[in-house]
Amino acid sequence: MGDDAVNFALVPILSLMLALPLVAAALCLFVRADAARWIALGATVLTLVLGIGLWAGYDLAGPQWQFVERVPLFGRFAYALGIDGIALMLIMLTVFLMPICIAASWRSVERRVPEYMAAFLLMETLMIGVFTSQDLLLFYIFFEAGLIPMYLIIGIWGGARRIYASYKFFLYTLLGSIVMLVAMLWMAREAGTTSIPELMNFDFDPQAQTLLWLAFFASFAVKMPMWPVHTWLPDAHVEAPTAGSVILAGVLLKMGGYGFVRFSLPMFPEASAELVWLVFGLSMVAIVYTSLVALVQADMKKLIAYSSVAHMAFVTIGLFAFNRQGIEGALVMMLSHGLISGALFLCVGVIYDRLHTREIARYGGLSNNMPQYALLFLLFTMGSVALPGTSGFVAEFLALVGAYEANSWVGFVATTGIILSAAYMLYLYRRVAFGVLDKPDVAAMPDLSRREWWILAPLAAAMLWMGIYPESFMAPMRRDVGTLMARIERANPDGDAQVERGPAARPGIVHAEAAAH
Amino acid sequence: MLHSLALTGPELLLSLGAIALLMVAAFMGDRSTPIVSWLSVALLAGAAILLLGPAGQGGDAFDGLFRADAFSRFAKVLIYIASAVAIIAAQSWFVRGGVHKSEYPILILLSTAGAGMMVSATDLMMLYVGLELQSLSSYVLASFQRRDERSTEAGLKYFVLGALASGILLYGISLLYGFTGSTSFATIFEAVRGPEAMGIGELFGLVFVMAGLAFKIAAVPFHMWTPDVYEGAPTPVTALFATAQKVAAVALLCRVAIEALGPATDAWRQIVIFSALASIVLGAVAAYGQTNIKRLLAYSSINNIGFALIGLAAGTAEGIASVLFYMAVYIVMTWGAFLVVMRMRDVEGQPVEGVANLAGLSRTRPALALAMAMFMLSLAGIPPLLGFMPKLAVFDAAVGAGLWPLALAGAVGSVIGAYYYLKIVKIMYFDDPAPAFEPSRDAVGGGLIAAAAVFVSPAGYLALAPLGLASLVAARSLF
Repeated sequence: MGDDAVNFALVPILSLMLALPLVAAALCLFVRADAARWIALGATVLTLVLGIGLWAGYDLAGPQWQFVERVPLFGRFAYALGIDGIALMLIMLTVFLMPICIAASWRSVERRVPEYMAAFLLMETLMIGVFTSQDLLLFYIFFEAGLIPMYLIIGIWGGARRIYASYKFFLYTLLGSIVMLVAMLWMAREAGTTSIPELMNFDFDPQAQTLLWLAFFASFAVKMPMWPVHTWLPDAHVEAPTAGSVILAGVLLKMGGYGFVRFSLPMFPEASAELVWLVFGLSMVAIVYTSLVALVQADMKKLIAYSSVAHMAFVTIGLFAFNRQGIEGALVMMLSHGLISGALFLCVGVIYDRLHTREIARYGGLSNNMPQYALLFLLFTMGSVALPGTSGFVAEFLALVGAYEANSWVGFVATTGIILSAAYMLYLYRRVAFGVLDKPDVAAMPDLSRREWWILAPLAAAMLWMGIYPESFMAPMRRDVGTLMARIERANPDGDAQVERGPAARPGIVHAEAAAH
Repeated sequence: MLHSLALTGPELLLSLGAIALLMVAAFMGDRSTPIVSWLSVALLAGAAILLLGPAGQGGDAFDGLFRADAFSRFAKVLIYIASAVAIIAAQSWFVRGGVHKSEYPILILLSTAGAGMMVSATDLMMLYVGLELQSLSSYVLASFQRRDERSTEAGLKYFVLGALASGILLYGISLLYGFTGSTSFATIFEAVRGPEAMGIGELFGLVFVMAGLAFKIAAVPFHMWTPDVYEGAPTPVTALFATAQKVAAVALLCRVAIEALGPATDAWRQIVIFSALASIVLGAVAAYGQTNIKRLLAYSSINNIGFALIGLAAGTAEGIASVLFYMAVYIVMTWGAFLVVMRMRDVEGQPVEGVANLAGLSRTRPALALAMAMFMLSLAGIPPLLGFMPKLAVFDAAVGAGLWPLALAGAVGSVIGAYYYLKIVKIMYFDDPAPAFEPSRDAVGGGLIAAAAVFVSPAGYLALAPLGLASLVAARSLF
């Protein structure tokens, strides 16, 4: 790519962001528990600072791929890094959540702390790696390698059925990805390159696209997760330690959506259009079915896990709506869900640390003795329900507008998800926070500590920021969505809504409207 | 003649050296074991140095019986390294058992000389002689701890089944000779290329030869001896079987398949594909219930051979290169795992082999557990460990040859196999600690484990470029 030459970074900031947690992880293994905690916190905060630098240095009017680094390795493979706006936002989500995860594990993890911190830091490197790779093989290595630390996190520090959950998580995800690997090998031969930006502009034969699309779908659908391959998620969430759940829900699930945006849509537009019914079908089932399942859960983490499946279905619907509102909504949904579900898992963690149970029925009346907690928990509940003013609203509104434009029935079914999410989230909140405070051990629980405030407040602030002024987050992604739209436009299936632009509407207003919501 | 002798230099050195060392051993008794061991390692190093000369790329020797080319050089280097490790690692292992006889390194030298003949053979008779030299030494090595019932059983079992396999192989060789009129690879190549190339006789010969060689590489359905022999043989010998001998047999199979039966690729490809997939699946499924770590590693070797065969099934230079690359990484991972197994000793210093003995190793011996976890995940082919790369290479070669369904099936099979490798990691990291192993003072073994662990870590990616190039050059020399 000729224009790479102009946007090579002076400082290899992406490599730095990869190396910093990795070095800290190695350091953690050689020190005692307390030192490991501080090293981990320091490293994640430093990475966050680097991330903020990345965002500040990202040029909205610059080339599509920025901060590019490229070192040819062996054969056809290269160490190629670079980000566009979509990757930038997901990296920001990752580096933002990591210090919170470390802080959340400060006291709740007592056993084998150095290894725990090392696993988390390794995880951070691998997650950033996924979002920055510009080479197929490099992407696959980061994508897959994340399984190892997560397997250890669930298996060592997890709950009672941790062994089962860790195996299920590992093997499920591995099976999905390995199919993708074979497809990648075929693509690399067919296109003669492993560079992701080049492949994004390579036109594969439509017949081959279908098989390739399905191979990638196998991987991303498991990762996302989509119904019916979502069953590893509730198990993994329930058994993982709190911070593990946050990372899992906050970032790992986003790799599926990222994969659709980065691979499935731009590389196989025809196949995406052809198989849109599959995505819509599975997503609609997911929204209705997993929402209903969430309604009857007795375990808080399981409930939130099922709600994640339902929320991620909005992402798939939005992405495959083939229009700007849908895709932007899906992307905001990924960010918003990362914040909100992470916050909800942290809220569960707060009371789990006190009572050591996740059973909803064991709680009740928390608003009496833990008013601050009840306030924040309510805020995040409302975010999950997509109340206007929270980031969830922006995301779901845009995704549903997009879905309606593509197919009004999909829009209709998906909208029921909002009602259902209000039902299960408010029902959860009522049982935990309201009611009579009649259990003595629950009544004895102290309100949020200063540390817990520091964990939850940034999430609340970010969620409100994204809800009130989403433009900050959508601006870096807008041009990349436009590029993607231009790429997939030729395959865009006809929607059934046949939307006509009204007489008063002029170009540009659509954006302004989207931003204002 | 002189030229031929120069080309076979490494084999001559090893054979003559082994005989000379045998004299030393005979006159000095078991006192000489350490010195004989180190001299044997020196001989292996000398043989490797000779490969830099004409023996590395010289060409045909003895009127086309023997060929020294880049392919044999690559395989021989791997074999010498694996054999040297077998001699070095055995020192402390046998000393603890009290039966470290000086014949051990000598037998390994002879076996290595035979392995060298195997990978250089370009004639069926030469092939057979090399194979038997290597096998006969192996039978003795397997029963080396002759007071141990399991060891003698392993030796006997290996001998009987090995003899059977040799018989099958010889029958195949006789058929090929009868129907093509020659034992030379080059002539057979011409004979099976013609218009009415593959008659029923040649086909039968090919099937029998393939079956005999499948026994030597322990590919399904000729794998039955592997778990018993691997379990019973002394651990360093088991490791030798799983590494050096595998490399020799796989390289031999590649040479026969390409240089002798190249035009009949379509005929043997289906055998190789079946054997590959069956090995992957059976190696993975049968390993589930194993409680003995050496048996488990035996199934792991069957499983891994299946992946290597995928590269052979491609039948292209790239495919052969991927097989060689696979074997190079495989011997390091396997040796690493066996070196860890050699450190499994209870407080009295007795070797233990139960998978359960590894429980909680991450808390009693964190460094050892980390190394073992890396070897296991690497054998499973999980990135970013180096074991992922050879799997990628064989899948890539299969896709390149248009065999993407095979690559897909192999890839899915690797998920089945991942389960029991993960089980070892789980036992070491998640379970409550079993009684700790006796601390080891063996610095050499520890150094070897550390070196192997660094090699399979992402740091090993640095070796990818030279290894990839060398294996490609080696593979091209077959075509």
